[in-house]
Amino acid sequence: MAKGGLDAQARQGYTLIAPPFLYALLILAAPLLTILAYSFLTDGYLEVVRDFTWANYAQVWTDPIVRTVMLRSLTVSALVTLVTVLLAFPVAYYVSFMVRPEKKATWLFLITIPFWTSYLIRVFLWKVILGYNGVINSSLTGLGIIDEPLTFILYNVNSIVITLAHAYAPFAILPIFVALEKIDRSLLEAGRDLGESRAMTFWRVTLPLAMPGVLAAVLIVFIPTIGDYVTPELIGGGKIPMIANLIQVQMLALDNRPLGSALAVTAMAIVALVSIVFLLINRRFLKVRS
Amino acid sequence: MSETRFDRLDAAKPMIECRGVHKHYGDYHALRGIDLTIRAGEFFSLLGPSGCGKTTLLRTIAGFEDISDGVILIDQKHMEEVPANKRPTNMVFQSYAIFPHLTVAQNVAFGLRRDPRGKAEKAALVEEALAMVGLRGFGNRAAHALSGGQRQRVALARALILKPKVLLLDEPLSALDRKMREQMQVELIKLQRQVGITFVLVTHDQEEALVMSDRIAVMFEGEIAQLDGPEALYARPANRRVADFIGVMNFLPARILAEAEGTVTVEAPGLGVVDLPARQVSRANPDDEGPSIGFRPETMTLVGANQTHSQPRETSATIDEVVYYGDMTYYDLRLDGAAAIDGRARPVRISMRNVFGRDVQEVGTRTRLAWSPGSLVLFR
Repeated sequence: MAKGGLDAQARQGYTLIAPPFLYALLILAAPLLTILAYSFLTDGYLEVVRDFTWANYAQVWTDPIVRTVMLRSLTVSALVTLVTVLLAFPVAYYVSFMVRPEKKATWLFLITIPFWTSYLIRVFLWKVILGYNGVINSSLTGLGIIDEPLTFILYNVNSIVITLAHAYAPFAILPIFVALEKIDRSLLEAGRDLGESRAMTFWRVTLPLAMPGVLAAVLIVFIPTIGDYVTPELIGGGKIPMIANLIQVQMLALDNRPLGSALAVTAMAIVALVSIVFLLINRRFLKVRS
Repeated sequence: MSETRFDRLDAAKPMIECRGVHKHYGDYHALRGIDLTIRAGEFFSLLGPSGCGKTTLLRTIAGFEDISDGVILIDQKHMEEVPANKRPTNMVFQSYAIFPHLTVAQNVAFGLRRDPRGKAEKAALVEEALAMVGLRGFGNRAAHALSGGQRQRVALARALILKPKVLLLDEPLSALDRKMREQMQVELIKLQRQVGITFVLVTHDQEEALVMSDRIAVMFEGEIAQLDGPEALYARPANRRVADFIGVMNFLPARILAEAEGTVTVEAPGLGVVDLPARQVSRANPDDEGPSIGFRPETMTLVGANQTHSQPRETSATIDEVVYYGDMTYYDLRLDGAAAIDGRARPVRISMRNVFGRDVQEVGTRTRLAWSPGSLVLFR
């Protein structure tokens, strides 16, 4: 009797989650599986031949161009993550510790303002700011500070890092802010009470307790930036492609969908590996807190 | 005759001195001129209702709050320019403030970072401190795996390992259940005698203050209303408010009939006319409700119909309410003639210990109340 009741309950549960589950399957799993399947097929002329092959992966893992672009993607992504998190921490710290409680909501609201315009427009505006005849260069030459436009800020890794760091700043600020908010303020007083200066209290108490937020920010920035397509295309001027641009070229321009798929799967595997490492580090900090 | 603890404390040098300490938060005047001397080795309590400024005072001593005016000295040194981390005080926080990312041993060793001693020596110190608070062998536990009482002990060990001149305790027992609290009260007293450090305890629990303290400062609205030992505070409260806050006290409106050579003759409804010597008269009465007579529930005795007693005075009364507590019974009584002054009958509360052979009396019973004028206090 009891068992029958439980089964009915389970059935009801499955019925309830069935529509969103199917939706998730369709939206998330199906495209992934398609890409995975494509990556093992053979490229024919204007069509995909259904012959199983490892050749795509062999090419991806041996091609020096792919390796260069993949390493560049990782480097750019790591740089963006570093810059974003390092800049986000003081902002989150300021909002959490210095801003009066009733003003915090306003501050968070202001931080999200960049989201009000489309990502594409934000990226394009950076091009206007950093460009050869852009805001920075024309002001500096106009003021006579420099004779000819600075070139290290356009069409290179620096400009990509600047643009992406700005675009992902709120994503880094918010998790760090949440972690800082959760810190019991009496812990900081206890640190001072036990003889530590403000700086040492920050180092020994605040920072370790904020680490889960910092690591979350790292993941949230690192994962999407490694696959970013728009910024290298617009800011990089197409001259410094990242992995997403390479995938686009294979998939659309060269119509080599199996190779593009193998690239995508490889990129995903690398991101997954890095993420798992960070998750394992984070476990150490989360374990103590629960 | 051997020297008592109180003689020693009286002779001790002052450890904390507050002189004219004021604290303003914007328009709010949290501390209004605190003058206070806490002696070395004393177990001192700041007692008062929430919002009376007792925690603020403790935090100014610890250095977490600046003072707006006045002077604080700890061990004869001015504390004005001394930040919290340089003061010879350590604190046990209300929330215990145990670092969640560290183990018990790391928590206890937190303040030893700049101590020049070696690693092994420090580990021995930590183990010794943990043993002192009854947590031997708990060093490797994670902080989050501790119960409330254990957290409190870790907080104590973490502060005491630094051998501060003053240990500040901010309502340390308020989060514990009753049994645990009573056990910790006794342990804290023992610990304080053992280490000989000056303890300053903030509490809103009058019973806790009476049990643990050598002296108690009762605070209301940023001022010290009375500073005395527990017995003096209980038996001779400085004003009605203190009397009302510490334990239970009955108040009856009184009429002053005559005053001569320090002795006041008063009439209280139900009690008749009594002569009270000066030591039973409290002049500080901020509430200005007119004079009143106060007495504690346990100072009067219910006498059965056929019983005799040796008290000088006796009053007839009717039992309105009986509250049975196991070891005690509380009786709410209506004294005959209690409504004489303004027509309002005021029940008074009497407590009787339930001893073998004495029956608990029933509601509505006529009874006699035996008492002595010596137990009365006049507030005027």
